[in-house]
This record gives sequence, structure tokens and C-alpha cells, in this order.
Amino acid sequence: MKKPGMSLIVKRITKITVSLIFLFGVYIALHGHLTPGGGFAGGVIIALSFIHVVLAFGKDVALKRINEKAASIIESLGGLMFLGIALLGVMGGYFFLNVLSKGRPFDLFSSGIIILCNIAILLKVGAGLFAIFIALAFFRMPQEDKEKKE
Amino acid sequence: MIELHIILILMILGAIVAMEIESLLSSVIALGAVGAGLTLAFLLLRAPDLAITQLVVEILSLVILIKATVGVEVKSQRLRIKRGYLVFAVIFVVLFIWISRKAIMDLPQFGSPIMKMGSQYIASGLKKTGAANLVSAIILDFRGYDTLGEATILFTSAIGVITVLRKIGRKL
Repeated sequence: MKKPGMSLIVKRITKITVSLIFLFGVYIALHGHLTPGGGFAGGVIIALSFIHVVLAFGKDVALKRINEKAASIIESLGGLMFLGIALLGVMGGYFFLNVLSKGRPFDLFSSGIIILCNIAILLKVGAGLFAIFIALAFFRMPQEDKEKKE
Repeated sequence: MIELHIILILMILGAIVAMEIESLLSSVIALGAVGAGLTLAFLLLRAPDLAITQLVVEILSLVILIKATVGVEVKSQRLRIKRGYLVFAVIFVVLFIWISRKAIMDLPQFGSPIMKMGSQYIASGLKKTGAANLVSAIILDFRGYDTLGEATILFTSAIGVITVLRKIGRKL
């Protein structure tokens, strides 16, 4: 019986690298207001780390961690969080007003709502792109199923 | 700027290869070369934010495209172009370049002048938003509506893909 996924070498390397890739995505998003990068790039990197697991171990192992239903819930939560941060500005006057305290420049926790927006976009983009990948790569068309049965 | 021109020429060559090559997988890989060239061009133009985003999105789309094209054999059909259409196209392109020559000559130099809005952002961006990265300050604070629209586009596309490809409600 053939095991799903790629060879043993790829699986060992994946076990080492995948957490590093995930951490790098979080770093890029959290430091989006200090260094180049931001929520979008960090989200894509996190989605890529999950795709890495899918490609190396087969879809069953990865979907045990996060299935497409959880991905869609996280994506919706990210979108709602972004909208909620924008609505927070209405308290101070208008949509998207930076109401929180700015802090000292070049600190990690500075710049008010920008870091929160980056986290929201990170959740949204990461979960959304992972869901798109799962749907494009593994949802089977009915004709293909029929061809396999025959 | 000579290195930028070299990269642009290589990108055009890669795009032509991607159009003309027979095998589908080689075509996808040539497309990836074009994307990598675009990343280098962004780096040379000193836009690291764009370079990072372009690189990771290129990797993601390349993985999806390779996953889609591995093991798929497509008989490529050579389109026979009639000579009359070709002559017409060449005449149109020459006319277009000749007419737009004056507009191209009148374009300002690269990176100058800095517009009024841009100089305002550069002068007061750090003070108003507290973000050291000016690009983040612009896309999430000054131009928050644009980012909201972009997030909506991504959300809609994810919903669309999952709705079209799901199992529920599909007639067999």
C-alpha cells in the first residue's frame, strides 16, 4: 500500500521547516508597520506553510489540523474584525479614524489601529487563500469520479 | 537603470516563451520566471513591500498552477492567422505608436516631480499615524477604504471558488 504524500526526506524536512515558515509569516505581519511587509504578505506566507504540509503529507493530515469549514470561519472572523476596527473609528468621529494611542514611533506596539488591522488581514488572507487552494486542488468534479469508477 | 532594462527584456522573452512553448508545465515555469523578474524589478525600484508581496503571491499561484497542470496533456492547436489580418494589425500598431509618440515624450521623468499628496504623506505620515513604514501607514490609515475594498474582493473570490466547486446541491 502506498502512503499518501511525498518521500521520507521531504517529510522530515517539512517537519523542521514548516513551523519556521509559519513564524516568519507572523513576524512579517506583526512588524508590518515597522519593516516592509504587512498583513497581506504575512497571510500569504502562512497559507503557504499550510500548503507545504498538504503537499508533503497528503491532504488528510493537513485537513485534520484545519479543515475548510474552520478556514472559512476564520476568514469571516478576520473580515468582521477588520470592519469592526474601522467602525471603532466612528466613536471618535469618522470611519477608519485612528482612535487608539499612537505610542512611540518604532515600538512594536505603536501606531494605533494599524497593527490590529494587520492582524485582521493576516487571519483573513491566510485562511482565505488556504480555502481557495483546498477547493481548487481537492474538490473533485463529478465527471472525474465517474471516470475513476469505470 | 540599465539593469532594469535587461530584466524587462528577459521578462518579455519569458512571456513569449510561455505563450509559444508546447508543454503546459514548461509554460507555467516560464510564467514563474516572469514573476521572479518582476520581483527583481520591484527591488531595483526600491519597493520592498511590493517585492515581498509579489514573490509570495507568485509562489502561491505557481503551486496552484503546477498542481492543476501536472499530468494534463493538451493538444495545442496552431492558430492559422490570415495574412490580411496580420497586415491590418501591423498597420494599427504602427499608427498607435506614431500617434501616442507625443504623449510618451511628454511623460515626466521617473520619480519626479513628487506630487502634492505624496509630499504631504512623506512629511506628516509618521507624526499622524505613528507607523514607521510609510506604505503601511498609507494603505491602512490614509487609504483604509481601498484596503477594505481589496479585502471584500478576496472574500468574494473565496466564496465564489468554494460555491462553484462544492459538493452540496450538485446535480449528478
